[in-house]
Amino acid sequence: METVKKHFFSDMGVMLGRSMRHIFRSMDTIITVTIMPIAFMLLFVYVFGGAIQTGTDNYVNYLLPGILLIAIASGIAYTAYRLFMDMQRGIFERFHSMPISRSSALWGHVLTSLVSNAISVVVIILVALIMGFRSSAGILSWLAVAGILALFTLALTWIAAIAGISAKSVDGAGAFSYPILFLPFISSAFVPTETMPSGVRVFAENQPVTSIVESIRALLACQPVGNDIWVALAWCVGIMIVAYIFAMRVYKKRV
Amino acid sequence: MQNIAIQVKGLKKSYKQLEVLKGVDFEVEKGSIFALLGSNGAGKTTIIKILTTLLKQDNGTAVVNEFDVASKPDNVRQSISLTGQFAAVDEILTGRENLIMIAKLRHLTNPRQIADDLLKRFGLTEAANRRVSTYSGGMRRKLDIAMSLIGKPQLIFLDEPTTGLDPEARIEVWKMVKELAANGTTVFLTTQYLEEAEQLANQIAILHEGRIIADGTLAELKKLFPPAKVEYIEKQPSLEEIFLAIIGKKEEK
Repeated sequence: METVKKHFFSDMGVMLGRSMRHIFRSMDTIITVTIMPIAFMLLFVYVFGGAIQTGTDNYVNYLLPGILLIAIASGIAYTAYRLFMDMQRGIFERFHSMPISRSSALWGHVLTSLVSNAISVVVIILVALIMGFRSSAGILSWLAVAGILALFTLALTWIAAIAGISAKSVDGAGAFSYPILFLPFISSAFVPTETMPSGVRVFAENQPVTSIVESIRALLACQPVGNDIWVALAWCVGIMIVAYIFAMRVYKKRV
Repeated sequence: MQNIAIQVKGLKKSYKQLEVLKGVDFEVEKGSIFALLGSNGAGKTTIIKILTTLLKQDNGTAVVNEFDVASKPDNVRQSISLTGQFAAVDEILTGRENLIMIAKLRHLTNPRQIADDLLKRFGLTEAANRRVSTYSGGMRRKLDIAMSLIGKPQLIFLDEPTTGLDPEARIEVWKMVKELAANGTTVFLTTQYLEEAEQLANQIAILHEGRIIADGTLAELKKLFPPAKVEYIEKQPSLEEIFLAIIGKKEEK
């Protein structure tokens, strides 16, 4: 028992190395994950953007936080997919019959999700820079943005883990991400909520994406973040804890 | 107790309404090759999963290398290796990377050396740096078994090791299993091929409808049948023998 615990981090490192290799050997997944948000960004900036009144003259600045969330939401669908494939094939049985911590295999996937999403976020920010995104935010603000995005990724990754572990088919493993992908559209990510009809507006203003988008936007624009950041953090941490507990429970049941 | 590798008593397991194991008893001696025979769905894999701590039994006890599977799973895992029914290899990694990964997870020093030695021993050196997705079924199975040998476990479980393999690859796997046992490793294998059990096993148990209905050496099992009557018939080569003769790799007996 002691040896199993002692090696938890090195085992997790091996697992991380393994699934990072998977990612770098299937570049198509990275491309898919970054291309779609970039396409959205182009569409909203160059097609719809002229007609959208956000009260700012730089629509890329307004749009970027929501685009990053969409990228992460589509990225975690692949985490669910990779986890599902591992559960289906014999490799997890081998890991679980070895004297290693059982959760290290799962944590390997979670860390991989963090790293791969970080890569696509960086790529998208670079494209946004080309499209005219500018920020005068200092290093601390950028760190805060990175922290929020990391928490958001973790929260969604644990939801993806539940889907990946309990899905019966490949399609099922990815299907959970569609509603999440849709949330930014009913938020302040693309347009201000003021113009929405009251019912939609209440939903839009009180769902997690709006507070996350507003805090990232404020941080990047060097504006006071106010209450939004605490609401955003509470959402991320809350979802993460609940999803983690559920994921661990279904995982223990399955293995 | 010293020379018993596996001891199973009154093992029961149901999946919802379906009672798969209805009280299974058997013992496996250390250093022997034990074959569990049974048709599809007889519960062979369920027994392997319980013995390798992947599944909990409903009732009964199972002791592996003197550790109870239910109360001391970590000790059991330390002393065994599982080669599951579906090749437990990572298809996106290369053969060498697969071996190194397992050596690292077993916390051995010099994983690269271990990988190279095994690649050589199993004739996979040329394919070492290719992704496993390009391997044939036989190569995959060889890699799979090679991965199970890392860390020199005392007991190896092989769940239908030759299902889906061509005759050549099957004979190679048989050779490997014999070598393992010759080096003192206990081998527990399941199979639906009677010939495989006959070729390999010192001890054979037949699982049928959730119970072991026969258990013993091949000679003991043969005694269960009426004495053989001597008849003279012309020996026709089997298709397998013809196949192997044509491709020039006839099995040395």
